[in-house]
Amino acid sequence: MNSRPVARLDNMSRKSDAGSPRGNGRAQSLVVPGEEIGKSEGVEAGHGVIATDGRLIAIKQGRLREKGKTLSVEPTHSRYIPRPSDLVIGYIEGCTNNIWFVELGAPFNAILPMSLGPGKVEFGGTRSVMDIGDAILCRVQEVEETHSSVVTMKGMGLRKIRSGVIEEIDPHLLGRLIGRGGDSLRKLKEETGCRIVVADNGRMWIDGELNGILKVRSRLNSISGGDS
Amino acid sequence: MGGYGDVQMIDENGLRLDGRGPGDLREISIETGVVPVADGSCRMTWGTNEAIVAVYGPMEAHPRKIQRQDRAVLDVSYNMAPFSTTDRMRPGFNRRSREISKVTKDALESVVLLELYPRSKIRISIEIISAEAGTRCVGLTAASVALADAGIPMTDMVVSVASGKINDVVVCDLNKEEDNYGEADLPMGILPNSGELVFLQMDGDLSQEEFELAWKLNMDAATLIHQKMVASLKGGDSQ
Repeated sequence: MNSRPVARLDNMSRKSDAGSPRGNGRAQSLVVPGEEIGKSEGVEAGHGVIATDGRLIAIKQGRLREKGKTLSVEPTHSRYIPRPSDLVIGYIEGCTNNIWFVELGAPFNAILPMSLGPGKVEFGGTRSVMDIGDAILCRVQEVEETHSSVVTMKGMGLRKIRSGVIEEIDPHLLGRLIGRGGDSLRKLKEETGCRIVVADNGRMWIDGELNGILKVRSRLNSISGGDS
Repeated sequence: MGGYGDVQMIDENGLRLDGRGPGDLREISIETGVVPVADGSCRMTWGTNEAIVAVYGPMEAHPRKIQRQDRAVLDVSYNMAPFSTTDRMRPGFNRRSREISKVTKDALESVVLLELYPRSKIRISIEIISAEAGTRCVGLTAASVALADAGIPMTDMVVSVASGKINDVVVCDLNKEEDNYGEADLPMGILPNSGELVFLQMDGDLSQEEFELAWKLNMDAATLIHQKMVASLKGGDSQ
């Protein structure tokens, strides 16, 4: 399981600047916080990396990735942080007369104002449209500096989820589920005959026959179990 | 030195009660991912000390008055299990555990990149399962491993270790008898990559030379412990 990312890193180093001063750092792919992973000269610090005093230092535990001139760390454990235009699956966790509070698996609940809700809702009628505990498919509209976010249900395919099941994995593992260009996910859909909607916050909506759902679940277990 | 210092704890060969030399550490083992529901966790055994640390978050800080608009807050709780010592430990917080929670929080605040998660809280629960001596060091070291396991961004990990003086000899990593009957104890929290200090306490008296020697012993020990922490974090991932 570990061999694939290592091999990719090795390939990259052979293709590009093989004689760079970071030669030794490239062979090891696992890093821990505080570990020096090279000089910052000519390299950009990506996700999970900071540059101080001309050195690059990992700030998260994970695998080292190099893409072009950017060096980043793919964390082994992660929590979803909302970004604008992300497709997400959330649960209604509370409401007022004109706002729903939506739990996205992020540090903070998002708000869904009535004006961005599904269809026309009367003032005070929020609970009759979507009640606490309901799952919804929505899109992140806006994220403020203080990490509070606004989600919207205006858009194609955004709706309340009434059937199927919702499963969850760590968001950084989504790439492994989807595959290059969506290959793995397409194959999984064909094999199981299920309708699968993968959201950016690591949750997915699976709808279909029971056997198909069980198959998807075992795939998810193998993805998240193999990593930790 | 008088007082408790009269207890003979170093034999004629310079070995201590448990057969260690002055600079030797007790045996350390570290395991991550021991609490499945937590975002990150760590079990650390250090001699007969044992601690389990669980990290949750970042999550919304409650009550709202503890929220900081520009950074996250750490909520550290250090607690000893009632069965962790030979005398039953009364459950709940006491003066000592509050103090250790606070110094642990202060030490960790200097490495965790709090400004990335404004208004949120990171909860760190340190539970001492078995206590011999130096549980604050075990708790702090295990907490930084658990934070790394949880994917919390940090500029470095904190390694904590104590040295002290017994029978006028400076030794590293005191055990229970040495802690009780020795003359001094110097726990330190060290950032292994930069050698910076984030935590320092002293109990008893040390001369300047003794202090410098204890300092050096701690620094050397921190390098060894850091290697074990790195090995456990990297090894746990490849399984």
